[in-house]
Amino acid sequence: MLDSFLGHYAYYTTTALMAVGMWGMLVKNNLVKKLIGMSIFQSAVILFFVAGASKHGATVPILEETLGLEDASLYANPLPHTLMLTAIVVSVATTGVALAILQAIYKRHGTLEEDEVMERMQE
Amino acid sequence: MPILIVLAVLLPALISPAFGFTRPGYTYPLAILGAAGAAALSLAGLWRVLSSGSISYHLGGWPPPEGIELVLDPLAGFMAVVVSSIGLIAIIYSRRSLLAEIPGKFSAFYGTSLLLLTGLLGIVLTGDLFNLYVFLEIASLSAYALIAIGSKQAPFSAFRYVIMGTLGGTFYLLGVGFLYFSTGTLNMADMANLLPALVGSHAVLAAAVFMVVGLGLKMALFPMHMWLPDAYTYAASSVTGLIAPIMTKVGAYAMIRILLTVFPLSYVLNDVPILTAVAWLSAAGIIWGSVMAIAQKDLRRMLAYSSVSQVAYVGLGLALANPLALIGGLLQIASHAMTKATLFFIAGAIRFRTGTVGISTLAGTARRMPWTSAALVVAALSMVGIPPTSGFFAKWYLVLGSIQTDNWAFVAVIVISSLLNAVYFFRILEQAYLAPETKGAQAVSSTSGTQHSDSPRSQEIPPSMLWPILFLAALILIVGIFNALVVTEVLRPALPVGL
Amino acid sequence: MGAMETYTSLVPLLVILVSLTAVPLIVAFGNRPNIREAWTLGAAVVKFLLVFSLLPAVLDGRVAEIVLMDISPNLQLALRADTLGLFFALLASGLWILTSLYSIGYVRGAQEKKQTRYFASFALALSATMGIAFAANLLTLVLFYEVLTLSTYPLVVHKETPEAIAGGRKYLLYTLSGGLALIVAVAWTHLIAGPVTFQAGGFLYGLVEGRDAVLLFMLFAIGAGVKSAIMPLHSWLPAAMVAPTPVSALLHAVAVVTAGVFTFVRIIGFVFGPTLLQDIGVWNWLAGLAALTFILASLLAFGHDNLKRRLAYSTIGHLSYIVMGTSLLTPAAMTGGILHIANHAVMKITLFFCAGAIYVKTHKENVSSLNGLGRRMPITFAAFGVAALGLAGIPPSSGFVSKWLLGIGSLQAGQGILLAALLISGLLNAGYLFPVVYRGFFLRPDGISAGEEAKWQVDEASYMMVVPLALTALLSLFLGLFPNGVFHFYDMAKAVAAAVLGAG
Repeated sequence: MLDSFLGHYAYYTTTALMAVGMWGMLVKNNLVKKLIGMSIFQSAVILFFVAGASKHGATVPILEETLGLEDASLYANPLPHTLMLTAIVVSVATTGVALAILQAIYKRHGTLEEDEVMERMQE
Repeated sequence: MPILIVLAVLLPALISPAFGFTRPGYTYPLAILGAAGAAALSLAGLWRVLSSGSISYHLGGWPPPEGIELVLDPLAGFMAVVVSSIGLIAIIYSRRSLLAEIPGKFSAFYGTSLLLLTGLLGIVLTGDLFNLYVFLEIASLSAYALIAIGSKQAPFSAFRYVIMGTLGGTFYLLGVGFLYFSTGTLNMADMANLLPALVGSHAVLAAAVFMVVGLGLKMALFPMHMWLPDAYTYAASSVTGLIAPIMTKVGAYAMIRILLTVFPLSYVLNDVPILTAVAWLSAAGIIWGSVMAIAQKDLRRMLAYSSVSQVAYVGLGLALANPLALIGGLLQIASHAMTKATLFFIAGAIRFRTGTVGISTLAGTARRMPWTSAALVVAALSMVGIPPTSGFFAKWYLVLGSIQTDNWAFVAVIVISSLLNAVYFFRILEQAYLAPETKGAQAVSSTSGTQHSDSPRSQEIPPSMLWPILFLAALILIVGIFNALVVTEVLRPALPVGL
Repeated sequence: MGAMETYTSLVPLLVILVSLTAVPLIVAFGNRPNIREAWTLGAAVVKFLLVFSLLPAVLDGRVAEIVLMDISPNLQLALRADTLGLFFALLASGLWILTSLYSIGYVRGAQEKKQTRYFASFALALSATMGIAFAANLLTLVLFYEVLTLSTYPLVVHKETPEAIAGGRKYLLYTLSGGLALIVAVAWTHLIAGPVTFQAGGFLYGLVEGRDAVLLFMLFAIGAGVKSAIMPLHSWLPAAMVAPTPVSALLHAVAVVTAGVFTFVRIIGFVFGPTLLQDIGVWNWLAGLAALTFILASLLAFGHDNLKRRLAYSTIGHLSYIVMGTSLLTPAAMTGGILHIANHAVMKITLFFCAGAIYVKTHKENVSSLNGLGRRMPITFAAFGVAALGLAGIPPSSGFVSKWLLGIGSLQAGQGILLAALLISGLLNAGYLFPVVYRGFFLRPDGISAGEEAKWQVDEASYMMVVPLALTALLSLFLGLFPNGVFHFYDMAKAVAAAVLGAG
């Protein structure tokens, strides 16, 4: 049990982070906190991918003279890394758009608490 | 070739902000140019694919499965045509409506909508799972931005959509991750070859669930549809007219690709009851959407709930995994895109003329806007499912498919929802054609809305708004009457292999 | 129609197109009433002539056919003018001419608004009716069936009052539901049997049996039953009486409800066939239900003072005669049932015409207020009397002929009790119809003494209304004396029955 945990600690951590993020998104009342939750959630998934790319005794996926090219198991899997670079960009863009929207909400309604905004929306 | 379709909208999208700062008026023709280009290329592409077979394009020259592949097969071609044509028509329509509702954001709208079309067309044409995620987010981000431009309640609705949409996209990404770590590939065709061997794997099961939930959020499958009513109601009319017909459909298309072509069919049908779950959720969505729509007083909100219901028909079609039912689902994609576009355009037109969209204030519309009202009748008939509109035939195939697979419960669901649709649509028609105009409604129509020099006798909307509506209404009838042609030439070849 | 040969002809299509092309013309000339009405009358006459031109061929055993297009892969939109179809088409198109004339008189006399919409919808509805009559397969029939529902809706809600709108809603609710049931039934049939056209004696035998067959038949029965106003699916018919009387006359006494029973005959005779029906044992239930309906409807008719509502219940009753006749599956009963389609139509339309004339002239809607009017409107009330005789089944009217056949048919099927039911309902018919004639001719008008009567300012309605109602009354007598006169209705009914029962 313990070494299953030790062996897979990365995955358990990411799962926990995902749960935290989701909780923040769904339960919190403040819109900024929701956004933070979303960000955490996305980061958790990114971490998951990166964790999946790692291998025992492997190094970062940058070509090193001493290790050479023949043995792929000496380098961590570069593909998820590239995918996650893209995903990070997407995450940044999403956060940017969301922040802009939050600004607009604040300008219109004067508050960033969800229940207050919903009240003011009905007027 | 497929890359050209995407570039046709991507390049103008990137140039658009430049025009936006200097000569905003030019963004409109630029957008039309881009969308028209994409539409023309999609049509040409579909033609070629139907006659000579699928086209594959390797981005950067890298061959799959390592490289990213764009695939144009009959299904993708069909979707590309639907998305780009409706997008084009929506852009043509939008000009006057935008000027009336959100004049300050004119150029922003066009640039962002081109970006939206880029994302959607990318989703349709890609053959790579991660690439789908990228385009999905491009489209979603554009949609968030577009919806946020609008009335007072728009930004908050957009924010809700941001949260839920990102949740969906991220779930999908998680699913992709699971699949990648199990198979080592991201290419859809390759994955389809490798998955049958992994049928017992927990990771694959988890992946399937995550992807269904993620894409279900994007396509507003019950019960993940909560973002839709607010978003469609409070956005500007042109925005809803652009997004509503195509966005959820592309989500449904993605679900069709993933569940029916990537995952082995027997797996999702028999081993794991995924398709069954999707079918029942769709059935619930169909009824729920119709029931909620009846209770609405705002025309746009009613149409939004109706959209939840209609997209669920596509879900039902794909979940039955039967050729006839899937043909019904695909036909429904096209039919609903046309019909919902028409309806939202009409809602925008009414708002344009009278400044309001409450159902009770529709009285006298038929007299004031005869052509628009005629189109409204055609669209309403298509929604209810009365021949010879395309909506009827979409339901016809769905019923045939349901009977063939002995799913009489779904036949009942389709029948009941048609009746429910009839209730709220005929109420609108009653209001527009038969209800006596109260003094209040008359005052509203003559004082608010745009001031134009049109004579009070004909308050019909300007041609750039009217012609798209009439064109779509005509298309609803044409596709309906000639649906046999559409089915045999386009939809049958588009069916995934093995159905 | 085993011995029938088919030939391709554009005529069935033209019949439908004639009034379809009249629709935009009517709309275009909305501001010039006389020209607009000319289009309606012209289309009606041309249509009737076209239909009539098909009669000699059909009597000879040759059937005009035309396939229009694929409406769905393997399913075709096709038209065929076989005996039953021609029967219905002749009836509807002939009566349309008279109804159009009557309509013109009515809307002008009652000064109705929105006349353009009225005439355009009428023309469209007649196109749909012709489509139903000439449909060669189930899907074509269903398509036109739904168009009929839609095109009659503006006619039902014509007056735009709250009652009219409510009546329209009920109408739509019932007919759309029926339509949906029919669509599901057709879809199922298509899956079972493939793309088959109507065949005398049915084509489902051997393809479906037992519980499935019963279920399928019930779906069909609900679908066609709504339009045929079988109880308990009948409530829309009295509610739809809010429509202007010419609408009630043609559509709800002739076209819409007749389309319903016509579909029933098609289903019983040309889809299921007598053998299959006898195997699954539904025919006696249907016949029993029909008999119950016409007794009940006749009794309910007494309770309604509003003349049009009384006539509505009378219609419900008589339609059940037709359903009963067809479901008894014996030669005489089937001939009688089909013949009654025509006879009832002619007689009922007379009654509605009279009701409308009375309303236009005096604004009276209730039977109890009709005292003394007969002396002022003798032609109208005489026509009413003649038609009432027919509906009660008294010779020499045509109603007697069909009732006689139905009676013999009941005996042939061994259901003597149905004969009794027929006789009883005949008496009931007389009971609720004759008071109109009696009051009209023999009672003094309320509130006016004998001396003042001479100064009473009421007379016959305009000739445009009186001529049609007199013609239809005379026609009902003519068809009673010469059941085969001019239109060969009797021969056609007999031929259909023989084909269905002989082949099946």
